[in-house]
Amino acid sequence: MGTALLYDRLQFATTATFHYLFPQLTMGLALLLLYLRSRALRTGDEHYQHVARFWTKIFALSFAFGVVTGIPLEFQFGTNWAKFSTFAGGVIGQTLAMEGIFAFFLESSFLGILLFGETRVSQRVQWFAALMLFLGSWLSGYFILATNAWMQYPVAYQVGENGRLFVNSLYGLLTNPWLFWEYAHNMTAAVVTASFVMAAIGSFYLLAGQHVGYAKTFLRTGVVAGAIASALMIFPTGHESARQVFEHQPLKGAAFEGLFKTERGAGILLVGQPNLETLTIDNPIEIPSALSMLVYYELYANVKGLDAFPREDWPDGLPLLYYSYHIMAGLGTILVSIMGFALLWLWRGRLFTANWLLWLLMLSAPFPYIATTAGWMTAELGRQPWLVYGLLRTADGTSPLVHSGNALFTLLGFLGLYLLLGLLFLFLIGETIQHGPAPAGSKPTHAA
Amino acid sequence: METFWFVIVTLMLAVYMVLDGYDFGVGIVYPFAARTETERRTALASIGPVWSGNEVWLIAGGGLLFFAFPKAYAAGFSGFYLALIIVLWLLIFRGLALELRSHIDHPLWMQGWDAAFSGASLLLAIVFGVALGNLIRGVPLNHEGYFFVALWTDFMTGPEPGILDWFTILMGLTSATIVALHGANYLAMKTEGELYRRADSVGRLAGWAAAGCTILTVIAVPFIQPNLRLNFASHPIEYLLPLTGMSALGGTLYFRHRQRDIAAFSTSSCFILAMLGGVASGMYPYILVSTTDPALSLTVFGAATDSYGLAAGLTWFVVGFALVLAYQFYAHRAFRGKVRLDPGVLSEK
Repeated sequence: MGTALLYDRLQFATTATFHYLFPQLTMGLALLLLYLRSRALRTGDEHYQHVARFWTKIFALSFAFGVVTGIPLEFQFGTNWAKFSTFAGGVIGQTLAMEGIFAFFLESSFLGILLFGETRVSQRVQWFAALMLFLGSWLSGYFILATNAWMQYPVAYQVGENGRLFVNSLYGLLTNPWLFWEYAHNMTAAVVTASFVMAAIGSFYLLAGQHVGYAKTFLRTGVVAGAIASALMIFPTGHESARQVFEHQPLKGAAFEGLFKTERGAGILLVGQPNLETLTIDNPIEIPSALSMLVYYELYANVKGLDAFPREDWPDGLPLLYYSYHIMAGLGTILVSIMGFALLWLWRGRLFTANWLLWLLMLSAPFPYIATTAGWMTAELGRQPWLVYGLLRTADGTSPLVHSGNALFTLLGFLGLYLLLGLLFLFLIGETIQHGPAPAGSKPTHAA
Repeated sequence: METFWFVIVTLMLAVYMVLDGYDFGVGIVYPFAARTETERRTALASIGPVWSGNEVWLIAGGGLLFFAFPKAYAAGFSGFYLALIIVLWLLIFRGLALELRSHIDHPLWMQGWDAAFSGASLLLAIVFGVALGNLIRGVPLNHEGYFFVALWTDFMTGPEPGILDWFTILMGLTSATIVALHGANYLAMKTEGELYRRADSVGRLAGWAAAGCTILTVIAVPFIQPNLRLNFASHPIEYLLPLTGMSALGGTLYFRHRQRDIAAFSTSSCFILAMLGGVASGMYPYILVSTTDPALSLTVFGAATDSYGLAAGLTWFVVGFALVLAYQFYAHRAFRGKVRLDPGVLSEK
């Protein structure tokens, strides 16, 4: 069964990572769309109506891919992780079922209205549908993160006589202390992704001299939202998320930083490669005492290193975890700098003519996706070797009778299918951008 | 409490079959009924705004099954591993076909997605029947409460069956013909002209096929699963469900021939609900029956989470379900009546 575990893990990692490329855009866009629809409704300006319609198209495309790639995740709890489902279903079944009932119906019903109802319902109803879509997608994120937060930091459960877990406080499960910063961090990151995509498409149009009026609206909206969200993503949400890791999962925190030895006045590594043979960092460039300062607000605070914990509890993908954390943090810093510049230039009225900055905004659209993926890899690789932190090891959670041959068959199938899906998505996004926001047959409006 | 949640989960999945059943059915009759591009767009527009909401009933039903009966969810999903992953792939293709077809105005693009849409719809309709057949026939549960069945073995029902055997294939065909009839009823209700006439005649054909398959299945089921026969014998009131179902089937055939579209669709919905309800009530209290040793069968009591969890679930479910009914009603009402393509709609680009 050894290789079956590997395939099960790879399959979940692949399908979850690929899936989350889509919801991070739609959850962020849901907020921006609500803003655009509100502007359209308040000003009665056709311009905002067209802008909202264009972004509804992008939203719908990403949403469709998000839905079809999301279903396999819920199924896989049962198909590949049967012992985990049996063990923990009494707790996480609550939040997953609530997501279905409260969020998915809301999203699908109102997206149908927004997409197909343009000629059937009034602008006010369209605005309402956008509001419901925002609520639905953010609720969906909430329930999924409540599930994940519980796996990171199990609360509100008791062990039954048959060894299975049961929830003993629904309220406790939904207000897991871990959840607050995790949710805030994740949702601001989703807004960052959506803002970067909006700003990038705006930059592309402006640089290409197409749809100039729309491009400016995209840029203004994307840059203002992106600057706010990327700042919030780092402080307080990112900062507090990291602090709670050091508080509750000190082992994971030490692995983030590649801190092999417990230290007073621990530093932060900017560069360096963890060496698992010698348990040191090769080629380190370090800011001394920075970690002690950030976590405990004290220059010489003691930070536990990996040596404080038994080796069998170390995350098995330690170097990858270390790199994921550094890629996330490094890109996060770059993202906030880019948006900071863009906001400054926008405020000084020079953004629309600063070609170098528009190029930078256009080319940086993939960065938030990479940062978010690395962030999730940080959270999930850092949870290893546990499936439910401290309660169930990943190796003990698989389906006992699904053998490696079957697991590999489906893993390969998913890889091929998702390659095709990824290509299709890029092709269709390209096509939608090519087509542009102007309604067919009308001249582009140039709003100020 | 366990029984209550068994009823709820059954109800969610039965409603799912009625709702997604009609859009699967539209997929099955689509190549026969919709010939021109306008007809195809009309047929797709009849389900466009609602199909994904319909599919949510499956996701939510699955979620509720996981929440209320985690043991059954884990055993069932891992046991039917290959079949379920293939269902996922089909659902992905079908969903993309519906969402992406209108994006590119090129005949090959549209033909390709048309084929994916009807092919995946047909296969899914068959698979859901096969799945029900497997639940009725039972699976080789072991002492830990898990099982694994291959896609097929010798196509016979026995202690070591495959997912496909003669009985489950019969169930698959029954399901496909019923869903085709149901989808044709829906399409007829939503369309006019040439498309209506073809949907109507395909519906009549599917109706006779469905009636034939259903009769064979109803004869076969008591032999395959004696529990069901015993259950009905000891609680004769349960005969009401299959009797209602059979009369609804008669009704839908009659209304189809009289071209009373709304009545035909309502009766085919009622038929599906009643037959699935009949199976569930006949199987109760078993959720997974063992083919190897009856003592290993999983009951709703053995599979359920504890009483606090079930009771807590009830509080949010009541509120949530009322909301679900409200949105679903609103979404279906916003698109009521016959489909008329209006130019310039987003979906038409």
